[in-house]
Amino acid sequence: MIEGEFRDPSGCAISGVIDRTGRRMSGACMIRSIATMHDRSNGLGGGFAGYGIYPEFKEYYAFHLFYDDVVAKKEGEDFIQRHFDIAFQSAIPTRKTEGFGDAPIIFRYFVLPDARKLETRRLDEEEYVVRCVNRINTEIKGAYVFSCGKNMGIFKAVGYPEDVGEFYRLDEYEGYAWTCHGRYPTNTPGWWGGAHPFGLLDYSVVHNGEISSYDANRRYIEMFGYKCNLQTDTEVITYIVDFLLRKQKLTLREVAKVIAASFWTTIADKSEEERREETYLRKAFPSLLINGPFSIIFGYTGGLMALNDRLKLRSMVVAERGDRAYIASEECAIRAIQPELDYVRAPRGGEPVIFELKGGAP
Amino acid sequence: MKFSAQGMDHRTLNERVRASGDSLAEIADCLGQRYIAAGLSGKTLRLWGTPGNALGAYLDGCSIEVFGNVQDAVGDTMNDGTIVVHGNAGDALGYAMRGGKIFVRGDVGYRAGIHMKAYKDHRPVIVVGGVAGSFLGEYQAGGVLVVLDLDRDPAGIVGNFCGTGMHGGEMYLRCAALPHALPAQVRAERLERVEDPEILQILSEYAAAFGIPSAGLAEGPYFRLTPNTENPYRLLYTNN
Repeated sequence: MIEGEFRDPSGCAISGVIDRTGRRMSGACMIRSIATMHDRSNGLGGGFAGYGIYPEFKEYYAFHLFYDDVVAKKEGEDFIQRHFDIAFQSAIPTRKTEGFGDAPIIFRYFVLPDARKLETRRLDEEEYVVRCVNRINTEIKGAYVFSCGKNMGIFKAVGYPEDVGEFYRLDEYEGYAWTCHGRYPTNTPGWWGGAHPFGLLDYSVVHNGEISSYDANRRYIEMFGYKCNLQTDTEVITYIVDFLLRKQKLTLREVAKVIAASFWTTIADKSEEERREETYLRKAFPSLLINGPFSIIFGYTGGLMALNDRLKLRSMVVAERGDRAYIASEECAIRAIQPELDYVRAPRGGEPVIFELKGGAP
Repeated sequence: MKFSAQGMDHRTLNERVRASGDSLAEIADCLGQRYIAAGLSGKTLRLWGTPGNALGAYLDGCSIEVFGNVQDAVGDTMNDGTIVVHGNAGDALGYAMRGGKIFVRGDVGYRAGIHMKAYKDHRPVIVVGGVAGSFLGEYQAGGVLVVLDLDRDPAGIVGNFCGTGMHGGEMYLRCAALPHALPAQVRAERLERVEDPEILQILSEYAAAFGIPSAGLAEGPYFRLTPNTENPYRLLYTNN
């Protein structure tokens, strides 16, 4: 199936759940949730991010890679061996699933940066990992790192999300938080690496929308060493959030005010303190305002953030039931896994909703 | 007829309703099925659960009652009939609606009544018992939008950009203060109580639908919003 062969009136679907006590849930719940929104995807991409899924290797960066062939695998593994100590490696277990016959080679590695190289490069550990991942993705043909965080993992493919979840046997993983995505690509052909979530370190983004400011955002973020390889807007969102959070040390709420900044007319009506803050953030990072419709779930160690574009051109609801919090494109995707809710509501455009583990990251 | 929609896709659900000779369909366990009753006429539907997007799209004379929340684009381009929602509604409620009535007991999302229009005796009506999100009545071209804020939500009766692009129809907002920053092309008139017999009739139908006393509903203050004919949209986009 190639993009453009048919048209199908749908839009992407996103869903997420977190248990704020840190109690772990099987990935099966996310599969059930996203399956309810089947009609929003068109089979050109689906994926999941699970947090807390690798407790036995929680100190190690978990690299998930696609390889086109054994040559790429050899080259990729040579690179990883030169730059990291590998604690454990294996093929990522998959289930024989119809429609996944053309799967790439899918491997994972639990690694720590090579201590000597890290010392001589004078980089902090995370920056070292990011640069290595960037090099693999841009320099090694046919190799692609699609997940590289600690105690979390991304699983994605071309296909409907519920089938992707089956393929990766996500019912056998347990995490305290999950996000997922069903894809309906608008501007790029669907391929395995282009499915969501996008990840960098432990950050992950699932996104429903289409960003009209893509080029302006890309030009700016590439000045800081990021390489947008995929031509997709979700990749650029991931880099923007990484830049603002990890490098500029903004808080999540401040990040939301940069990428989904209020209109000047709306800012003018706010309290003096809010006005000063939002004006500062809009002026400091004008090129990182994301225009066009989007709803995203941003995942990180210990939490999830839901955010809509400021005009709210995509639907999204949030809900809670006891210690569990839910985010989804449609209410039905939440009710599918939790029929009884304490409340369900639709956040306003540009209003970040953050759900975190009680007592911080595990 | 009466059935459970559990595990049922939207085509099967709609075909069952259409194929049945019964004029009443009671459907339990709805969960995200889109296009329920799309284009349908002459039937009564009672729904439980969470029906999916575009419920009653192109509806042409049915009566639908939902005992729960509804999602986006309910009554999209609806022509005739009634949709009563006992919970909240998502975005773009009554999108391009051109006839019939939608009554919601709770809140509605962004862009309720976007591009509603009227033609001859077709005059669409939306009444919201709670509050509305931003862009209420965006590009409204006809019909009546009423927001009652029955529970006096501290968040305010509407979000931002109310009536942007409004050029026909009327809006009634039951509140003591006018929403800030109304567009210059919209005129607001304060009413201490509703006296227009057409609106009074709508309010009493709304009250009956939810079994609430109708007596107080006419009491304001209200603001009635209409397009400002003295300040049309010339020179807004182009120089002509």
